[in-house]
Amino acid sequence: MRIVWRLAGAVPTLFGVILATFLLTRVLPGDPAVYFAGNPSMDAHAIAQVRKSLGLDKPLPQQFVIYLDSLAHGDLGQSISTGMPVREELMNRLPASAELTICAFLIAILVAIPLGVVAALKPGSLVDQLCRLISTLGVSLPTFVTGLMLIYVFYYLLGVAPEPIGRIDPFLVPHQITGFLLIDTLLDGNYEAFAASARQLVLPAMTMALFALAPIARMTRASMLNVLSSDFIRTARANGLSWRTVVITYGFRNAVLPVVTTLGMTFSYMLGANVLVEQVFAWPGIGAYALNSLISLDYAPLQGFMLLMAAIFLLVNLVTDLVYVIIDPRVEFGK
Amino acid sequence: MNVMQSTARAPSAEAASKLLSIEDLSVSFRTRTGIVKALDRVSFDVRPGEIVGVVGESGSGKSVTAFSVMGILDPAASITGGRIAFEGRNVLEMSRRERDAWRGRDASIIFQNPRLALNPLRRIGQQIADVLARHSPDRPAVIRQRVLDMLEQVRVPDPKARQNAYPTELSGGQCQRVGIAIALACRPRLLIADEPTTGLDVTTQAVIMELIRDLARSRNLGTVFITHDLALAAQYCDRAVVMHAGHVVETATVSELFASSRHPYTAKLLRSVPSLADSLDELDAIEGSLPDLRRDDLPFCRFAERCERRIGICDSAPLSLTSLSPTHSIACRNPQ
Amino acid sequence: MSVAVRERLRVAHYVVSGNPVNVIAFGLFAFLVLCAIAGPAIAPYSPLATDTPIALQPPSAAHWFGTDQLGRDIFSRVLVATRLDLLIAFGAVALSCVLGSVIGAVIGYFGGWLDATVSRVVDVLMAFPLFVLAMAVVAALGNTVANVVYATAVINLPFYIRLARAEINVRRSLGYVEAARVGGSGHFRILLVFLMPNIFSPLIVQASVNLGWAVLNAAGLSFLGLGVRAPTAEWGIMVAEGAQFMASGQWWTVVFPACALMITVFSFNLLGDVVRDILDPRLRT
Repeated sequence: MRIVWRLAGAVPTLFGVILATFLLTRVLPGDPAVYFAGNPSMDAHAIAQVRKSLGLDKPLPQQFVIYLDSLAHGDLGQSISTGMPVREELMNRLPASAELTICAFLIAILVAIPLGVVAALKPGSLVDQLCRLISTLGVSLPTFVTGLMLIYVFYYLLGVAPEPIGRIDPFLVPHQITGFLLIDTLLDGNYEAFAASARQLVLPAMTMALFALAPIARMTRASMLNVLSSDFIRTARANGLSWRTVVITYGFRNAVLPVVTTLGMTFSYMLGANVLVEQVFAWPGIGAYALNSLISLDYAPLQGFMLLMAAIFLLVNLVTDLVYVIIDPRVEFGK
Repeated sequence: MNVMQSTARAPSAEAASKLLSIEDLSVSFRTRTGIVKALDRVSFDVRPGEIVGVVGESGSGKSVTAFSVMGILDPAASITGGRIAFEGRNVLEMSRRERDAWRGRDASIIFQNPRLALNPLRRIGQQIADVLARHSPDRPAVIRQRVLDMLEQVRVPDPKARQNAYPTELSGGQCQRVGIAIALACRPRLLIADEPTTGLDVTTQAVIMELIRDLARSRNLGTVFITHDLALAAQYCDRAVVMHAGHVVETATVSELFASSRHPYTAKLLRSVPSLADSLDELDAIEGSLPDLRRDDLPFCRFAERCERRIGICDSAPLSLTSLSPTHSIACRNPQ
Repeated sequence: MSVAVRERLRVAHYVVSGNPVNVIAFGLFAFLVLCAIAGPAIAPYSPLATDTPIALQPPSAAHWFGTDQLGRDIFSRVLVATRLDLLIAFGAVALSCVLGSVIGAVIGYFGGWLDATVSRVVDVLMAFPLFVLAMAVVAALGNTVANVVYATAVINLPFYIRLARAEINVRRSLGYVEAARVGGSGHFRILLVFLMPNIFSPLIVQASVNLGWAVLNAAGLSFLGLGVRAPTAEWGIMVAEGAQFMASGQWWTVVFPACALMITVFSFNLLGDVVRDILDPRLRT
């Protein structure tokens, strides 16, 4: 029941997001009609025709209602530059970005959380220094710089990484089932393609993972330190509970809460960093798509992209709240 | 009375009959501003079945003593001397594994701030079961029953339902009951209660103290009851150990202490407690404050600088406890 | 000097001298500000002077950081870019801090429908991944440096609004505010004189922590081609222009501006930590 309330609470925000994206793209400079017409020497009449066909001659509120209506039907409009429906193009390119982001996120979690825990357990040790170093450096490194550095070292200098020009060799593309290359190649039984796509994934995923590593490690360490110095840990130790019970069942489980919040926030930052990484590695994801449409002032794809991003972010928040409720019996859903 | 009588060292037969024997325990803390000599040659005993009250101002070293016994001192602390004998055996010489097995099973502690002492994300029944599972080989079904039994023993109503509660759903008094249940689940022989009722309202205080006393008597527990509240000590303890600035200054039975205390500090302590005074005129604050324990030039008697009875020989040599009677000892060269 | 200020300076001295890293932070910061001020004056070459025959030369005695694809001296460009990047960062943070704190204070104080509406708007703003929002704002307003500043300011606004709102909320029912109201002070006077000065600390801490992020943001936007345009010297755009040459080994086109970026962000972050330690150690993570 509370879940329904929480979802209901998100609706005004969602509406605000739709309104905001609509307004934002209407403020874009330049006249899409002219761009679409393509020919600068087209006369005013022809341009007006184009404008009419795009629905740009109607007053703003009316355009918004039309927009809402088409959204309700799942229609995100059409890209001016490619002529394809935005929804289709987004869905085609989403798996590429998702695969990259999810892989990077998993790598970051698998490295950062143990690092933070061990750093908290052994203050002053080498691991602790490493953790603090990564945390401080990690937030200072621009994502695109990390990406370029990795390319330079691993591709140019060491020659171990493949050329950073996309996801996979066109000859090795498997059947499209999920859109996730790692999964599809395995389902196809094509191990050569699996290896190839995994190799292409390594550098961009590492770049994004490095970006996420710092805040997660820092928060894990801080949270663990905080929990380990609390009274109930002292009670547990005083009762002779095993090291494993104290650190994991009493320590880590209690420390994990603020880390969950950080995970949600970090994921949202990663959605933004996506654009930069896709640019550096020529990755055919939605970030690159959005950037191109932005530069060509193609507002429908941009709108669709912003909506999608916001929707994903709201979803992540919802999931974070849910996880919180499951872990912490003191929290009521929605607070 | 000859106050220079030496303290008779207990022969080993008698030593074994003592449940807990703290001998010349000294503890220091490393801090950013210097080394704090928190405890200096603290000694006292606890016999099976007796309730010993350790009283003193905040900062007198009562909790440090308790934590030293249980082995849960802060990492910045180090035990610089003495021994802690439990049933004749020095716990400070135990290996880590032995100590971990001993804690919670042979000796336990309950803390101030009972709600904070419990894991907020774990059901209370589960927390009691954790200790049982650690120290006993019983099957889960047996443990579940023992949890319910313990909750009944600490007088928690409706144990079957209550065992699934989280600490945040319970009152302070109920949390302390749970704390006691966890501490006594494995039937230890020694219980240390570190200010267990501070922060609880007066009615709950009485109830919890009654519970502790009843359990101590029925299980023949040796109990150390740490408090700054002399009145509570008077009511529930058999013997009292008075501490000041890391020193034991007087040990006596409760009646001896209140009727005929000899140490100037104890006398002042008694006069500053409202419930023990007969009229407002008799209430006296103790002048000055605890000495800075980081000083290199700490006097041999740490109360000397606040004492009205200070004389030349007070500063001549380190103090030790001298017996005035088999049950009454003080550390003073100029007792009243 | 008032007692409070003297006390703060004493704490500052304790914090700074206690840890050599803090001295480094301040030193770096001072060095960067110096470069920003003196940069254009002391640069050996004009940052815009092209000299195509010597394009893509590795670092040498004549060109300490080498030359880029148009033969421009990278050292001069990096040096001169300091001013631009710092201005963008400081401008954006100052703008969002001032605007955000005023808005947050007002809605925190008055509450009611004003609070509800503005909070909703903030929620909507925060629903977008920050960088994506910045992209959209720059795209909507146009490709200029000023718009980069505005975009960065916009995406930082929510933090200050929420911070100020929370702090004012806590304080507005305190004793001294009640006393002022009873004494006849109007709302704005109370806000201005009694409440806002007390929330400076957390705001300053937030601002100093934001500086590093603002620099990264601006650089990221220019890397994508939004905001600063060629031939302006700016670290992000220099990295973008040099990126294509990284894969063929001409590392100096990217490494030097990237290092400048990293050192700047790093020193700002350190500075943020120091400021936080001085003003409110409780916020330490």
